[in-house]
Amino acid sequence: MLIIQGAVSLGLIFSLMAIGVFLSFRILKMPDLSVEGSIILGAGMAARLVAGGVNPFLATAFAMVIGCLAGLVSGILHTKLKIPGILSGILTMVASYSIVIRIMGTSNVPLLPHGPQRVVSVFTFLTDAGLSRPNAIILFSLVIVIVASSLLYCFMGTEFGSAIRATGNNQQMVRAQGINTDVMIIACLMLSNGLVALAGALWAQQQGFASVDMGIGTIVVGLASVIIAEVLFRPRMFWTSLIAIVIGSIIYRLIIALALSVDFMRPTDLRLVTAIIVTIALCMPLIREKGAKIFARRVK
Amino acid sequence: MLNIENIHITFEPGTPIEKHALNGVSLSLERGDYVTVIGGNGAGKSTLLNITAGTLFPDKGMVSVDGVNITHMPEYKRAQYLGRVFQDPRRGTATDMSIEENLALAYRRGKTRGMRWHINNKERGFYQERLATLELGLENRLSDKVGLLSGGQRQALSLLMATLKEPKVLLLDEHTAALDPKTAKKVLELTNKIVNKYNLTTMMVTHNMRDALKNGNRLMMMYEGNIILDVKGEEKANLTVQDLLKMFETASGEEMASDRMLLT
Repeated sequence: MLIIQGAVSLGLIFSLMAIGVFLSFRILKMPDLSVEGSIILGAGMAARLVAGGVNPFLATAFAMVIGCLAGLVSGILHTKLKIPGILSGILTMVASYSIVIRIMGTSNVPLLPHGPQRVVSVFTFLTDAGLSRPNAIILFSLVIVIVASSLLYCFMGTEFGSAIRATGNNQQMVRAQGINTDVMIIACLMLSNGLVALAGALWAQQQGFASVDMGIGTIVVGLASVIIAEVLFRPRMFWTSLIAIVIGSIIYRLIIALALSVDFMRPTDLRLVTAIIVTIALCMPLIREKGAKIFARRVK
Repeated sequence: MLNIENIHITFEPGTPIEKHALNGVSLSLERGDYVTVIGGNGAGKSTLLNITAGTLFPDKGMVSVDGVNITHMPEYKRAQYLGRVFQDPRRGTATDMSIEENLALAYRRGKTRGMRWHINNKERGFYQERLATLELGLENRLSDKVGLLSGGQRQALSLLMATLKEPKVLLLDEHTAALDPKTAKKVLELTNKIVNKYNLTTMMVTHNMRDALKNGNRLMMMYEGNIILDVKGEEKANLTVQDLLKMFETASGEEMASDRMLLT
């Protein structure tokens, strides 16, 4: 039960990050690695502010803003300075490590909810209302996920959002229709990294600390959720994709939790297991095809 | 309507493969002119079209549409004046988006994209009406993804998108070259129908001499970055493929066949 509770709360928090990854990788079709930076920027910013006694909601909002700024930097590097997408993301990511240490002051900021000095997080008002901490985290994250996905769905349905989706499809056509593709790319990267930083902010408050190395492998986790969602649900519409990714993110956490509960596994094997899951998910179409052929032969 | 003055452009300057692609080209299209542009590979016809469209910028010279100087205006800004159909049917449409979403994008050409919903019901009726004129049955498939359409259907859709909001100049870049002959004929018929109906100023680049002769009211032939022939109206109507070949030989001192020009 505890395992499931943990998986669901982490899955919900990280689904925001996965949706961010979906926006850059799938909608914009640009492999944006700056999310590795914006997750720690979000976590570090929220941790520093919350630890300093700032209102946790305000702190979380600031975390989103700094994520958007990271996206803005990647976007400008890519569109205005013509640096290839993957490289501009890496540059932003590398720079983020230094920036986040500047923000936090150290490489690790603890947030102890029950320490001598009580730290108020976004979940505190729910625990004060009588909910257990795990339930408070799940409820709050669920509400945030629903609100964020709904807003995102509406945004992508506007003229502006429609132009972003088209930019990921065919930049040549979009320019011929009078749309500045640079603006669309930058806007989408800001949105994507803002969501990732929001996930980082919630994550730091959930686990009770932020550290500079917590973001390593984020991109693979995000991709894992997106690919699990695509393989299992094959969503065709934008809103079904969003729902599928949230479920995919939770499934990913469950798989990880189960894998790590085996005796000889260590917590540090997490990233190895992640890489294996993504590999399996990526070659699912191939496995399906081969499987169908073998099955057909048997039937004959 | 479209004025091009003394355009020069050189590719890869200062290298062994330096190419003076346009060599002081000038032309002027009146409102309603429908010019077909022919020429061999490397004659400069696509370069001329790209300079008009804003995907290339000239080293020297000026391009203006309806009195507005657009020589250095970025591609997306000058799109408010121009409708374009590309050679590759995949380049004119957004594959993962529906027919109506593509049309809605095109209908807002030249307008700022805001926070209004990307399409409304009133538009849908209008799109259905216009799709029906293509006679491809697309009017009943508004929410189908464009990726499901054939090359000819996509090209017809691109044509509709380029003209949905009436452009000051319509640019057609060998837009039937990638289609099979029957589909190419159909798309060309649609092109003429639309151009005539709205009296659009049109520049059509083509490899096909017969198409160049049969369509439009004006014909230009390019050779090595220059316009070597520009005929209009009556004179153009009486031209034959044989005349064109002869004129090409006189102008260039070469046999047409050596220039790998397609004669189909």
